Order: sequence, then structure tokens, then C-alpha cells
Amino acid sequence: MTASASAPSPVAGLAAEGVCLGYDGRRVIDGLDLVIPSGRITAIVGPNACGKSTLLRGFARLHDLDGGRVTLDGVDVAGMPRRDLARRVGVLPQSSIAPDGVRVAELVGRGRYPHQGWFGRHSSDDDLVVAEALAATGIADLANRRLEELSGGQRQRVWIAMVLAQQTDIVLLDEPTTYLDVTHQLELLDLLTELNRERGTTVVMVLHELNLAARYADHLVVMSAGSIVAEGRPAEVLTPETVRSAFALEASVIPDPVAGSPMIVPVGRFHTAALDAADTAGDAAPAPSTGASIARS
Amino acid sequence: MTTIPTMPSTDAATRPNPEVDEVRAAVAAVRRRNRRRLSIALGAGAALAIVFAIVALSSGAASLAPDRVLATLLGQGDRTEQLVVFTLRLPRILAAVFVGAAFGLAGAVFQAVLRNPLASPDILGVSAGASVGAVWAILGLGLAGAVVSGFALAGALVVAAIIWSTAWRQGLHGIRFVLVGVGLAYVCGSLIAWLLARAEVRQAQAALLWTVGSVSDVRGDALVLLMIGVVIGCILVAVFAKGLSVLALGDDHAISLGIRTDVRRGILLLVAVLLIAVATSVAGPIAFVALIAPAIARRIVDDGSAALTASVMTGAVLTLGADVLGQFALPQFTAPVGIVTGLIGAPYLLWLLARTERKTRA
Repeated sequence: MTASASAPSPVAGLAAEGVCLGYDGRRVIDGLDLVIPSGRITAIVGPNACGKSTLLRGFARLHDLDGGRVTLDGVDVAGMPRRDLARRVGVLPQSSIAPDGVRVAELVGRGRYPHQGWFGRHSSDDDLVVAEALAATGIADLANRRLEELSGGQRQRVWIAMVLAQQTDIVLLDEPTTYLDVTHQLELLDLLTELNRERGTTVVMVLHELNLAARYADHLVVMSAGSIVAEGRPAEVLTPETVRSAFALEASVIPDPVAGSPMIVPVGRFHTAALDAADTAGDAAPAPSTGASIARS
Repeated sequence: MTTIPTMPSTDAATRPNPEVDEVRAAVAAVRRRNRRRLSIALGAGAALAIVFAIVALSSGAASLAPDRVLATLLGQGDRTEQLVVFTLRLPRILAAVFVGAAFGLAGAVFQAVLRNPLASPDILGVSAGASVGAVWAILGLGLAGAVVSGFALAGALVVAAIIWSTAWRQGLHGIRFVLVGVGLAYVCGSLIAWLLARAEVRQAQAALLWTVGSVSDVRGDALVLLMIGVVIGCILVAVFAKGLSVLALGDDHAISLGIRTDVRRGILLLVAVLLIAVATSVAGPIAFVALIAPAIARRIVDDGSAALTASVMTGAVLTLGADVLGQFALPQFTAPVGIVTGLIGAPYLLWLLARTERKTRA
């Protein structure tokens, strides 16, 4: 287990205990245990329909549990008032609706909702938090712009700024890089890393892009068919065997030339010229093959 | 790399940062702009309402000069003037204002909660449900007065309950709610037509006028009931409306920000149904006000909010204006307010549909 070693409490942060989740009686996840390391970046990966988004929604209380429990600092979240939970756990869901005509500063200000009372109006403290969130996400100059005028990458930043304005120590993100081009994917993951390193925010995200997950996550959770295939440091977890069992995919795993983290090079039915050449070279030269291993230390 | 375990970032308030201060000013400016825009809209609406009211008070069979109207309002008028102003004309104006406010607010709540600009209580059959209740009370049971309001309320609630329970599938889905509501509106229309067809001609004519919507005969107890009901409804909406800005972002965001979405939606829709029922029971289902007023209000306020306050104002001004128009626009002919709003509303609805269509395609 790689849970935060220094934490004094039994289970600091979020944890799932025997969680069961499903849709209309169809079980997607059956009795899953997972401890989210506090103050770390956790990425959940897995093939389509493996239940990774459902699990995240279970953690976020967006999806009712069919069994088991989700705990926050050891306390069952099902018993917590929603507003209290909203002050601890922020969520960026897959889909967001932006009301027509709303301006960035106003929208980000809605993240202050759990901190305001029944008749609570925006205070100047709220303005400060919103300004901080805008500055942190690099969209300070967009405060007065309408959301519909912005690009996809900018919009995603606005939604993240809204989650930041919620001032939670845990942030859950459901495929935050979808619809973003590679530049904006990196920008966004850098932003989350910055958030994690500067504020100690616990980040949990469902990602599709395996190599980015391996690069940015401290803790990688690989899921398949509703259960966890492997979890731990990306370098330990992301092996050809794991990829094969989770994704039913043959792949080479080589060190990412930039980050040093494991990098998946998938093997399809075509375009395998380099691999074939290496194979025909025979046993004389121990070339990387489908099962090529990576430095595991 | 060591990380600080779970600590909410509270250093924001202590760290002085000129750049953030600048952004903070920009954030405050957006908030001020929205507030100023709302104030201007409300002020302009109030001014317009006063103009309409003065026109309505001074015109008619016994015409009064505007200065006499003012004098009478301040207690300086003679007996005739007092009779004309306080007994004949003021109740009708108040009725138009309060009925319009109720329709405007109820429509704004429906549209915001269901996230659909076409989801107004008159399209969804809630108003029609109130009409069925009232027409049945008048024609079927031969009742009159405040009891009719009770039947209107029951009719609206029954329709709302049927829509709610039919549209419910592990949570409320806006589009199902709308589709079921549109269907029920037709059912209610048929029921009303059937009740009218069975009735005697004289009675049917009275009931028919009622189904068109008119504020000409709202006075006395009915007016007091209306005013109290609308004020209570406004207060209830004000109490529960704060979550609307968050509900508008989608259920996932709303839940994550701490809202029990279905409970909140249920309460808000219930209050809106009450508002509709109260207004409909005294004035009939005035066409299109609940649909148009919020749309206009949102366009005026233009800040991405549900524009509830502005919708109250727009609804009131629209209804009062339509009633004045219906009374005095054509010299030989008066039309009930519901006819006028229908004439304005139908083209507007078409325009809105065309515009939405274009936007989806773009």
C-alpha cells in the first residue's frame, strides 16, 4: 500500500470499502476497495466501460452505492451533510452546462456556493478566492468574458477555476482532458500538478491517455471489468502484463524519454516493421520485443 | 517530495499579491456590472408600470385628467373620482400587476429548474390543469367565488403530480418532464372543451371568457387572496432560489456543490405551481406571460442567471400593458388581456423556436 505514511489517522482522505456500484441493477463494480493517497495525484485508467468513471462518481457521491461505503478521514460520507462534503471534495464532472450569457468571474463565483449561507451574498472575500482561482488557472484576463466566447481549453480552465474556488483539499476529475488537443492536455495536467505541489491538494482523475497518466500520476490505478488489476507507482504498475490483462493489448513498455516514466507503445496488427526486423535479427541481439520489460527499479 | 496532508488553502487571505488584487477588482467589477444592470432594468420596469397605471386610471368611460388621478390617489378626490379610481380601476390594475408577477416568476422558476426555455407552466399544462379545475367547479358543480380558486389549485397540483410521477426515472429529467407536460396540456384542453360543450350556452359563455384570461373582474376578496398568495409565493421562491444558479450548471455540479437536487427542484416547482394556481384561479390562464416574461427578463439582465426578480417585473409590466392595450387600443372594441398576450406571445414563441433551432445547428 502506498497510502500516506506520515498520516496519524487510520485512513486519511478518501477510501472505498467494499464498494458496489451499478446501473438499474446491473453491477458494474462489485466489492471494490481503494485508498486514495492524500496529498498525491492519483490517476485511474482502464478500458472503456471498465467502471472507472462510475467509481469516481461513487467517490463524488454522484452515484448512489449499492453496497459498501466511501469514507473521508474514516467517516462514512453517506452520513455527511452534502454541503459539508462539498467543502472538502470538489468535483469536475464529465459534462458541464454553461448558462447562456454567463461571464467567467460570475461562473467561477458559483463554486463558492457551499461556503455561503441561505441568504449569503458574494462578499469581497469570495471575490478574493475567485480572483485567486482565476490567477491559478491562468485565466485572470478573462474575468469579464462570456463563456461562449472562449475556446475549449479556456473553458475547461474556467470549470477547474470553479472547482478551485470551492477550496477543497480533494479534487476529483472525470476525464478532464477529453476534447482538448495535446498542448492543452499538458497545460491542464501541469496545472493540476502545480496545484498538488503548491497547495497539497489531493488530485484524483480518470484519464484515457495512458502515457500522460503514467507521467503525471504519483499513484496509478489500473481497472478492468469493474475491479482493480494493479495499483501503485506507475513504474511498478505499468508493465506489458498489466496492459495485456487490462486492455487486451500487446504493447512495448519503454521509459518515457522526457519524464523517465513508463511509456506504452501499443502493437497493432499492422505497422510492426521495426518489431519484425528486431525479431528476425534473431537471438543474437536481445532486442526489445512485445514483452520487453522496463527497468523496474 | 513531501506533501502537506489535507490542509485547505487558507493562505489566500494573508498573502498580499498585487496581481491577484487586480484580478479581484475585475471580479468585483463583473459583479457590480450585473447588479447595476438589474437595478436599471427594475427601475425602467417600474417606470413603465407607473405610466401604464396612470393611463389605465385616467382613461375609460369617465375620463379623468392625470393630475386628478394623482390627487385622488393622494386622498384629494371627490366621491365620484374616488369611486372611479379606487373601486373601478385600481383593483384591475393591481390584479394585472400581481397576476403578471406570479406568471412571470413561476415561468422563470420552471424554465430555470427544467433548464428549458420552452418549459413554462402554460405549455406544460399546469395552467390548463388549473383551468380544468375552475371550469369544472363553475360548470359542473355550479360553484362561484373563492371555492373556485381551491378547485383551480387542485387542478394545477394534480397535473403537476402526474407530470412529476410520470417523468421520474431515478431522478427528474427535464426533457421527459416537458414532453409529458405538453401531452397533458392537450388532455386538459380536451377536458375543458368537453365541459364547455356540455354546458348551457349562458354558463358556457361565462366559463369561456374565464378560460381566455381576464383581470377585469378581480376585486374584493379575490384580489386580497391573490395579493397574499403572490407575496407568499415570492418569499418562498426567494428562500429556495439561491441554489438555482448552481442547479443551472447540471446535476453533477449541483450535487458536488452540496445541493440535494431532486428535493430542491421539487420544492421550487411546487411553489411555482402554487403561484400559477393562485393567479389562474382569479384571472384565468393568461396566455404566454409565463413563457415570454422570463425570456425577456433574461435577455435584459443578460448575466446567465435565472433572472427571477426581473421576471417578476417583466410579467407585471407585460400583463398590465397588455390589459391597457386590450382596453384602449381600439376605440370600438375591448379585448380581454389573455387575447392580447396571445397575439403578442404566439409570434414570439415562433421566433424563439426558430432562434433555438438556428443555435443548435450552428
